[in-house]
Amino acid sequence: MIRQLTGSERQLAAIMLGLVAVVGVAMAAAGRNDTMGVHGLIVMLFAGALMYPLFSAIGAPEPTEDREASYYDDPIKVGIVLSMIWAVFGMFMGVWVAAQLAWPGLAFDGAWSTFGRLRPTHTSGVIFGFGGNALIATAFHVVQRTSRARLAGQISPWFVLFGYNLFCVLAVSGYLMGVTQSKEYAEAEWYADLWLVVVWVTFFVLYLRTIARRKEPHIYVANWYFMAFIVVVAILHIVNNLALPISWGSAKSYTVWPGVQDAMVQWWYGHNAVAFFLTAGFLGMLYYYLPVRAQRPIFSYRLSILSFWGITFFYMWAGSHHLHYTALPHWVQTLGMTFSVMLLVPSWASAGNALLTLNGAWHRVRDDATLRFMTAAAIFYGLSTFEGSFLAIRPVNALSHYTDWTVGHVHAGALGWVALITFGSLYTLVPSLWKRERMYSATLVEVHFWLAIAGTLIYVFAMWNSGVIQGLMWRTYTGDGALAYSFVDSLVAMYPYYIARTIGGLLFLIGAIIGCYNMWMTVRAVPETVSRQGDLPVAATVPGE
Amino acid sequence: MALNERDPVTGRETTGHIWNGIKELDTPVPRGVLMFLVVTHIWAIGWWFLVPAWPLGSTYTKGLLGVDQRTTVEERVAEARRERASWTAKIETEPYEAVLADPELMETVRQTGNQLFGDNCAACHGRDGRGSAGYPNLTDDDWLWGGTPELIEETVRLGINSTHSGSRIGQMLAFGRDGILDRNQVTNVAAYVYSLSHADYSTDKTAEQIAAGREVFAANCAACHGDDAKGNQDLGAPNLTDDVWVYGGDMQSIVSTIHGGRQGHMPTWDERLTDGEIRTLSLYVHDLGTVQP
Ligand code: HEC
Ligand code: HEC
Ligand code: HEM
Repeated sequence: MIRQLTGSERQLAAIMLGLVAVVGVAMAAAGRNDTMGVHGLIVMLFAGALMYPLFSAIGAPEPTEDREASYYDDPIKVGIVLSMIWAVFGMFMGVWVAAQLAWPGLAFDGAWSTFGRLRPTHTSGVIFGFGGNALIATAFHVVQRTSRARLAGQISPWFVLFGYNLFCVLAVSGYLMGVTQSKEYAEAEWYADLWLVVVWVTFFVLYLRTIARRKEPHIYVANWYFMAFIVVVAILHIVNNLALPISWGSAKSYTVWPGVQDAMVQWWYGHNAVAFFLTAGFLGMLYYYLPVRAQRPIFSYRLSILSFWGITFFYMWAGSHHLHYTALPHWVQTLGMTFSVMLLVPSWASAGNALLTLNGAWHRVRDDATLRFMTAAAIFYGLSTFEGSFLAIRPVNALSHYTDWTVGHVHAGALGWVALITFGSLYTLVPSLWKRERMYSATLVEVHFWLAIAGTLIYVFAMWNSGVIQGLMWRTYTGDGALAYSFVDSLVAMYPYYIARTIGGLLFLIGAIIGCYNMWMTVRAVPETVSRQGDLPVAATVPGE
Repeated sequence: MALNERDPVTGRETTGHIWNGIKELDTPVPRGVLMFLVVTHIWAIGWWFLVPAWPLGSTYTKGLLGVDQRTTVEERVAEARRERASWTAKIETEPYEAVLADPELMETVRQTGNQLFGDNCAACHGRDGRGSAGYPNLTDDDWLWGGTPELIEETVRLGINSTHSGSRIGQMLAFGRDGILDRNQVTNVAAYVYSLSHADYSTDKTAEQIAAGREVFAANCAACHGDDAKGNQDLGAPNLTDDVWVYGGDMQSIVSTIHGGRQGHMPTWDERLTDGEIRTLSLYVHDLGTVQP
């Protein structure tokens, strides 16, 4: 890690860590009577923990002159490791909250372990911890390989990666202490949000500068998606988190958005977090690792264009479908509904493009579980975008809203699409980055695949059933025009499905743990090889010049 | 144009770009996809004409159907109210005896009450109304504050030890903790109370203690629980001679009750439920207490 940095870069890194530690001290002092003080300590510890590897190698030999002629892979490797750690953490939390819904006693009477605090540790843990680290790692990989250029910075990739993880740690530890803005997927409080702005802008600049260094005449589709992901997430994050802290020493803030505007901004953010974090970024992965693994050309460049611009344009308008039949004016709801339906074909275009790319490689799909991960991901992506457009239709939403159907929909996307495409990509990436011939065990990849599929299907079918039953029970009237069931009755009806969901989630978690083991053993036990068919090297000159 | 490579599987040309080995085919967008795209857009544009859709400065396009979610919901609530009016009016206005005498109407009360009870009362009294430690069973015919629909209505409306200014107040003093009785007196009176519902507890061995307890009771407890310990519904003081207990009838629980006192809290529903709902629930709870064993 440190050996890739020159002496002056090492000094700069030390100064930056020192500054972060000072910020930590300031937070601890200003917030000494508040949960913010605890976060100050965490910031100090985080900076201190990073100083250890830095100072233990500070006198190591400097890199050679030709550093620029190689790809910068160290941050990618660390990103993969962090992603898998967060995967296990976040999915464990998911299984725990799922179990709490079936057996509420599993909160063990702690304040920190109540459902309300654990649920956001699950969502942030999987979306930002697992998904975010995987996105940063693969974005760094894809942009270098498809540009044939090294990342345009030596310290900034580390700053982005560790800075981002500091944000995740502050977010998740805050929820356990009851620190929250109460905005879904944007629960982290103001100082963590400010920090993320700095990190994210650095990410954006780094990405643009790397693209600018590219030695290929054209920018590959995957990079369009990664860029859309980075730019839009920055905009969403800033607008939705505009807030005033009650004091500089307090973790509590109030949003600047009043009433229904707040709801609309929140779900504009929320849905576009789904669109640009959980969709665009992962489509970037799909567009790179699927053709590489299948060894097939992308089915249609034109379909890629249609899909990219359709998704970026239409998604922006769809957020109000989360607020059907609320205080939000009717016309805003209509726009949300109609744009959600117009979004369907562009979404399907990407899923279709991916599946048609496999023509001529279906025998590989049969034999190679890694490619099958990505194939299944494309199918689930198609299914959940269809379902999403369907749920956005107001009368359908009247039945599905506030029920487990939404949760089932989310997880068809989150497990079936986001997690499967990530695992497929990482199984492709790990042997290639660490220069191994193959993964440690193809059988374990196969086992992981079937556990993940079984877990997803059990989860999604359980939630479909329970969601539809809930929705129907809430709207069933007796002959006298009175409600037939109370809310408790519908909870009793959910019980078996909540157990099933817990089992499905557990299978999925076990799969992820097996994946960690397999990756670990690949790095440790499979010998390095030079015969591996590698990447094209960093290009010295522009081709054709 | 340079001649691009042709893909042997599909027979399509590539676009000529290569990124680290990845190529793209120049396949046109399939006709079906374009048609589907057009269909979804026509569907969307159709809605824009029919219902409120686009903002126009301070107003918005109202749509040809002339619908608006606010008026829709108001109309439907009014319609539902009209449909229910046939029986809600009776429950709201007729005296309780008349409703109780009308089997059809009582069937409606059971159905509606079941949902109201589930949503508002089950958290404390249990889904079946059978209660649990600290929360009285409403299905037996043993009442703290009275089991007629009128008295139940008052309990529900005002609450018990609630925030309502007219709340029912039920205070079982902390005789032990507050030093009104000493340790001996507490155990004695507990033995006496225990013997009231456990005839076989009175033996020669316990006779002395029970007698001492009876005296303590007469001096300290009878004012509320009555000389015969059969309780007083005006004060919410329970009958201590039967086998029905709010906080438990074993010796240990009785001693804790006398030592530490008890103040059950039942919220007021005056502002939270409508008159009709409160009356329905009062009939429902009364019915639970009489119909079921
Ligand atoms: C927060 C818990 C709670 C809720 C909710 C609640 N109750 Fe109660 N209720 C109590 C407690 C505790 C008592 C006993 C108070 C006492 O010990 O005097 C009680 C007593 C009663 C009594 C008097 C019983 C008797 O023997 O006289 C009635 C009737 C009653 N509740 C009906 C209802 C109804 C109807 C609802 C729903 C609208 C309801 N309760 C909701 C806690 C609750
Ligand atoms: C000021 C009136 C008052 C006096 C005096 C009083 N009680 Fe009570 N007692 C109550 C009320 C009211 C309750 C019901 C409390 C509740 O349900 O929250 C009660 C409840 C009890 C219970 C619990 C019954 C059950 O179902 O679990 C016992 C036992 C009891 N009293 C015994 C005594 C004894 C023994 C004395 C005398 C030492 C005594 N009480 C004096 C008002 C009184
Ligand atoms: C065409 C694309 C999509 C559309 C139109 C869409 C639409 C919807 C709708 C209508 C809801 C229900 C809102 C409610 O009733 O509460 C919803 C919820 C949700 N969807 Fe999607 N969806 C799409 C794709 C996805 C994908 C691919 C994912 C995951 C990777 C996803 C994740 C979520 C999340 C996290 C929620 C939960 C929001 C909540 O907690 O209420 N969606 N989406």
